Amino acid sequence: MRLVVIGNGMVGQRFVESLAARDTARRFTEVTVLGEETRRAYDRVRLSAFFDGVSAEELTLAPPGVPAGTTIRLGEPATAVDREARVVRTAAGEYPYDALVLATGSRAFVPPVPGTGSPGVFVYRTLDDLEALRAHAAGRSAGIVVGGGLLGLEAANALRLLGLRTAIVEFAPHLMPMQVDAAGGAILRRRIEELGIDVHTGAGVTGIAPDGDRLAVGAGELTLGADLVVFAAGVRPRDELARAAGLPVAERGGILVDASCRTADERVFAIGECAAVDGRCYGLVAPGYAMADVVADRLLGGDATFGGADMSTKLKLLGVDVASFGATTGPLDVVYADPAHGLYAKLVLTDDARTLLGGILVGDAAAYGVLKAAVGGPVPGKLADFLSAGAPDVALPGDAQVCSCNAVTKDQVLGAIGAGCADVGCLKACTRAGTTCGSCVPLLRSLLTEAGVAQSTALCEHFAYSRQELFDLIRVRGIATFSALIGEYGTGRGCDVCKPVVASILASLGGGHVLDGEQAALQDTNDHFLANIQRDGTYSVVPRIPGGEITPERLIVIGEVARDFGLYTKITGGQRIDLFGARVEQLPAIWRRLVDAGFESGHAYGKALRTVKSCVGSTWCRYGVQDSVGLAVALELRYRGLRSPHKLKSAVSGCARECAEARSKDFGVIATETGWNLYVGGNGGFRPRHADLFATDLSTEELVRTIDRFLMFYIRTADRLQRTAAWLEALDGGLEHLRAVIVDDSLGICAELDAAMDRHVGGYADEWRAVLEDPDKLRRFVSFVNEPQTPDPSIAFTVEREQRVPVPLGMPEVSA
Amino acid sequence: MTTTITWTAVCRLGDLLPERGAAALVGGVQVAVFRLHDDQVRAVGNRDPLWGANVMSRGIVGTRGGRAVVVSPMHKQAYDLDTGACLDDPAAALPVYAARVRDGVVEVVAG
Ligand SMILES: Cc1cc2nc3c(=O)[nH]c(=O)nc-3n(C[C@H](O)[C@H](O)[C@H](O)COP(=O)(O)OP(=O)(O)OC[C@H]3O[C@@H](n4cnc5c(N)ncnc54)[C@H](O)[C@@H]3O)c2cc1C
Repeated sequence: MRLVVIGNGMVGQRFVESLAARDTARRFTEVTVLGEETRRAYDRVRLSAFFDGVSAEELTLAPPGVPAGTTIRLGEPATAVDREARVVRTAAGEYPYDALVLATGSRAFVPPVPGTGSPGVFVYRTLDDLEALRAHAAGRSAGIVVGGGLLGLEAANALRLLGLRTAIVEFAPHLMPMQVDAAGGAILRRRIEELGIDVHTGAGVTGIAPDGDRLAVGAGELTLGADLVVFAAGVRPRDELARAAGLPVAERGGILVDASCRTADERVFAIGECAAVDGRCYGLVAPGYAMADVVADRLLGGDATFGGADMSTKLKLLGVDVASFGATTGPLDVVYADPAHGLYAKLVLTDDARTLLGGILVGDAAAYGVLKAAVGGPVPGKLADFLSAGAPDVALPGDAQVCSCNAVTKDQVLGAIGAGCADVGCLKACTRAGTTCGSCVPLLRSLLTEAGVAQSTALCEHFAYSRQELFDLIRVRGIATFSALIGEYGTGRGCDVCKPVVASILASLGGGHVLDGEQAALQDTNDHFLANIQRDGTYSVVPRIPGGEITPERLIVIGEVARDFGLYTKITGGQRIDLFGARVEQLPAIWRRLVDAGFESGHAYGKALRTVKSCVGSTWCRYGVQDSVGLAVALELRYRGLRSPHKLKSAVSGCARECAEARSKDFGVIATETGWNLYVGGNGGFRPRHADLFATDLSTEELVRTIDRFLMFYIRTADRLQRTAAWLEALDGGLEHLRAVIVDDSLGICAELDAAMDRHVGGYADEWRAVLEDPDKLRRFVSFVNEPQTPDPSIAFTVEREQRVPVPLGMPEVSA
Repeated sequence: MTTTITWTAVCRLGDLLPERGAAALVGGVQVAVFRLHDDQVRAVGNRDPLWGANVMSRGIVGTRGGRAVVVSPMHKQAYDLDTGACLDDPAAALPVYAARVRDGVVEVVAG
């Protein structure tokens, strides 16, 4: 049988997957998907993440490849449905069908006022919309968002991220009129204004007129000037194909279907935002997914029906918590409003106050997961606890929905945990929970903890504390040695896990030279010998070349040192030169030569800043807009020697062409016409991740302070061996929380972070030179304590491509 | 047949840092000598039996489940300093040599 699906959006995609999974007998041999957009289905719910640096590819929902028998035709919109001939027409051809599924979604609603076609006027629905918006916003300064609902607030935040001064124009008397009442709206307004966004309520847009290069926007009584306008004032179902084909539509639009999602034509179905089930449209993804599953079941002879939907929503704009779930007004409303703290909560109950029907939370939505799951049953705990913010400890019923985007219940999550899932990533893969909007991830985490499988945060058998807890203990108690720490807070004598961690913490807190006193015994071998151990037990030395900039004289010195010590030489990926094959007793002599020529050796090892790469920048490059090399040198010199939970890499690009690959770094900087954009949390390696855009158009001074705080906050709170990428992903509240902490100083720790970094910078000393100047430390760099003149006889070299390389080591027999 | 035990002096105790080791050459054998936190000493083979490099003396010293161990700097296997047994791989072990401190001098029997 032939099936045609019109629309490759979120719901169309879910339908194709759902059908492929169920159609094991291959009843549908030929499935054609027509998509108007030129990309495969992507996560529209997370669309705004695009401005946080998440790429279009990362938003893709479609797994690579397509189910057998399926053809996806992108950029080929259906233009007509001929129900009599049972074909769908496009500009390119005709597609006959036995069954047809319409999944055409919605379009952004633009009110019929003059001037909406002017250049600079946008909607906020597709990746193409966002790309166009971003291109237009470059170099401009002010934007207006029409619509103060969920979508409008998201769009306004996006404009803010693009660096625009942003205003919201809302027709209703307060923000989020669909979800929040006047009191909640007033508190929300304050929160939004605190972000630096202007809010004009009770102001309908009357028209837009070009004003030179800009736009003049009539809003109620006001005329506002802006460089661009974004309409985010609601959506309308795309029912035009169905209308033209003579299918009934609902009064206010939407293709009319019954509970089986079937239209008046038994071969034609409609799902997602374009469908009006029994006359009602649903503007959220979860009901659309449910409809997709219903139709997949029906087409294979099942009798599933769509039973209405959970309309809960949570604003995905962290830092401003807003959530609504279930009914938003009802027989009995219990309201708590605390304007001083920007908190508002309302619970909607039945007359007898026994059953929770819904509610609204503004300012703190921590209780959202628990409350939403409790709708239809008793309030799970003391009412007052929920109203006064925070999420009290209560147990959810098993059939409570944990993830509403993907309709996953608590029991399903517990089932997956029982089957061996031990972390959020595994739960996502096994149940789909948390894969769409992500707001249930904290709940998933607490279910793991409750089930007792959450990985213990104990560092190792010697300490029952996590790295972060140890950091705070050491910092707050002023503990200076490992012995003192383990004596008071640990057991045994430590190991290769806890010792380097404590060494790193002590170093981050400014504990002097890494080989001073007892600290020497804590260091991993590379930190102990200040070089990189190689497979034959020799070391490599990587002189620091800040920013990759080097004079010819110094280049020659490196060549001479390599030649004189017979070191294998290779250019690294971090714009340095790696010298291999140094025996432990040769290290001081090599450093001596380097120090005399004005070098220091570099931290090409250990958990510390590695390099700050750069492109050549505006000094030479025709495209460069800032001096990327100068900044890279300054950053590398500032952060060198900084000990951290894992290695740190950085890069600076002098223009948007990004030749330095800054977005693959823990912190990357890309020059703009007026300053620097900062990206954080990227890495290459085993699981590559692009860094997220954190701040735009910073001055050099602002940039450096922001990086200072980012690094110090990371150093204080990350787990052992957790790169910034994983740390950021695990951080509750993610990027917005990070912004709140290190930009808005929500925890009041910025001054401390700044001081800690200033101590690091002020206290930095060349660690290799310090060894050369300390006979006690120097004595450790010998081959044998009893025969310091005899080199390790097992080290041997051969020649390959004109350089010395180690002879492969014979495996000695194992004494049983 | 009688065997003569020969103790070879390798260094002074003060040449070793507490909970750190050093390599010594004893009768042609590479030995890793360690000073524990209570100033006892241990000696084992310096060659990592799994990876072949002579690096055991550069490993971190600590305890695992109450046993004194050294951890190979190559790939982090832990070896019991009293028995030489590898706690992460039953097929691997280090040779163990007798070691003691006499008048502030570390002595080892090997070779
Ligand atoms: C910024 C933003 C944030 C959102 N946040 C949330 C949220 O937090 N929670 C939530 O539940 N929902 C959210 N939504 C809504 C959610 O994205 C939609 O409910 C969901 O995408 C609906 O899926 P759909 O497949 O019905 O429509 P769409 O995803 O819009 O897909 C429809 C597709 O059909 C294509 N199409 C239309 N006509 C034709 C034609 N004639 N031929 C071929 N193709 C055609 C369209 O181009 C489109 O690609 C958000 C939406 C936006 C824009």
